[in-house]
Amino acid sequence: MKTLEIKKTAPYTTQIGPAHPALKEPVMFTFELEGERIRKADFAPGKAHRGIEWMGLRRNCVQIVYLAERICGICGITHSLSFCRAIEQVAQIQVSNRAHYIRTIVGELERIHSHLLWAGVAAHELGFDSAFYLAWRVRENVMDLLEYLTGNRVHYAIIQIGGVRRDITPDMVPKIEESLKFFEGVYGKLASIFLDDTTIQMRCRDCGVLTPEEALKLCPVGPTARASGVRKDVRVDHPYAAYADLELQPVTPDQLTGEIRGDVYDRIIVRLLEVKQSIGIIRQCLAQMPDGPILAVPKMALLLAQLKKAEGEAVGRHEAPRGEVMHYVRMGKQESPVAWKVKASSYSNYMSWVPMLEGEQVADIPIIVASIDPCISCTDRVTIVGDQGAQVWTKEELHRLSVEKTRQLQLG
Amino acid sequence: MSFPMIPELLGQLLKKPATNPFPAPQLPPTITGYLKAVGEGKATMNPPVPVPPNMRGKMVYNRGTCIGCSLCIKVCPARAIELVPQTKKVRIFVSQCINCGQCTEVCPKNCLNLSDEFLIADTDRYSDKLVLG
Repeated sequence: MKTLEIKKTAPYTTQIGPAHPALKEPVMFTFELEGERIRKADFAPGKAHRGIEWMGLRRNCVQIVYLAERICGICGITHSLSFCRAIEQVAQIQVSNRAHYIRTIVGELERIHSHLLWAGVAAHELGFDSAFYLAWRVRENVMDLLEYLTGNRVHYAIIQIGGVRRDITPDMVPKIEESLKFFEGVYGKLASIFLDDTTIQMRCRDCGVLTPEEALKLCPVGPTARASGVRKDVRVDHPYAAYADLELQPVTPDQLTGEIRGDVYDRIIVRLLEVKQSIGIIRQCLAQMPDGPILAVPKMALLLAQLKKAEGEAVGRHEAPRGEVMHYVRMGKQESPVAWKVKASSYSNYMSWVPMLEGEQVADIPIIVASIDPCISCTDRVTIVGDQGAQVWTKEELHRLSVEKTRQLQLG
Repeated sequence: MSFPMIPELLGQLLKKPATNPFPAPQLPPTITGYLKAVGEGKATMNPPVPVPPNMRGKMVYNRGTCIGCSLCIKVCPARAIELVPQTKKVRIFVSQCINCGQCTEVCPKNCLNLSDEFLIADTDRYSDKLVLG
């Protein structure tokens, strides 16, 4: 953490963060400000190390699947799938084709729910709360569908080493189809509200720009990279689950507007287009889904015995809604892994905050920070240190500043 | 200027709220008083949204058929199950359970099941309702 310099003249130093009880991964920002402009941005992550990997090294692999699921509160399938893919490679367990398709369907439903959640949060950061309520109301439909398919709304507990735990039976298909129709219907409305709206255009166009060159240099992943024109997507580059059988291309904003600017608006476009893409992927999966068993080793005692004999190391990857997730696992002929390392997608995206934030205004901090979908809401506490002494800015005050800027732009 | 949200908002005026007002449409003066009145049959409760089939709810434990094989303890990720050596039966702490249902699949005697009960909040995490077996 940098120590704050108390200066009587500009540039002043501002801090955001680091901690709030509601944050999953608190982050601390340090800004050098000149008036309302951000001259320099810096951040310090790593404020909430929960020791999940340490817990994992004291559990067997079947237990870790559910522990891994709880790394993220939004991506319920992301971490368990990556972990299972790593373990399956180490223990050489062959997953059946049907299980691959079910994994893909649940993964894409999760992408729809996560992107809608993000759209709502982004609208809220701009002070556009009616769009926030709309996006979250629409999202309930996919949450209900996930609950119907897996039994849980958030932590689905459907992935198991060697396959999935619950099948998608033919009587479930009409309900999935109904939900896909609902989202096709609502997609046009959401796209119009988020992309045609003058307020959103004013706040997001050319705000928080990450140029393609910087994107290549800083290696962001997922929609953050694709919005800057870097066509990378684990589903296409290194197909896993059923993605090799399906037709999909990385989504870039030029597919809609014909140009790539790499701003916040482009990130909205990419996420909305991905919602549409996910609907298409689920349709393809339902049409092509083969019959077969859903678990490679249905007896858990047998699976645990097999995993106890496994030796070696592997990396499991998955394209989460926020980008690539990577799990490294090393097994050494014992119940628990010898090593387990998790790289979440936000970790790769953090560095792109710095070029995005520099040169922007204080009121743009909430939307730019939210634009990479960082799983954290670090706009909580800001301490401005000036000659008047310390002053604390709450999340509400920062939010009010953002709303005020929207209003000024509309009037002005 | 384009504001596509405005027609949506105007249409919303004619629609009912999307949320289910559970347990009461308006906040009662006292929650405990209201729940007591519901228990005595003086007030009615707005029912919750029906749960889907196969929802993962509160655990149900059939103590009679349990053989104490400890397989459930081995797979429980939350370590919510313990073996009572004297009786050779297990004890489940529902407050610690994460409702993954792994134990129900591993049980050779099918004495563990997930019900569709989800209103399991309690002020005491070791109350009779939350400790099974």
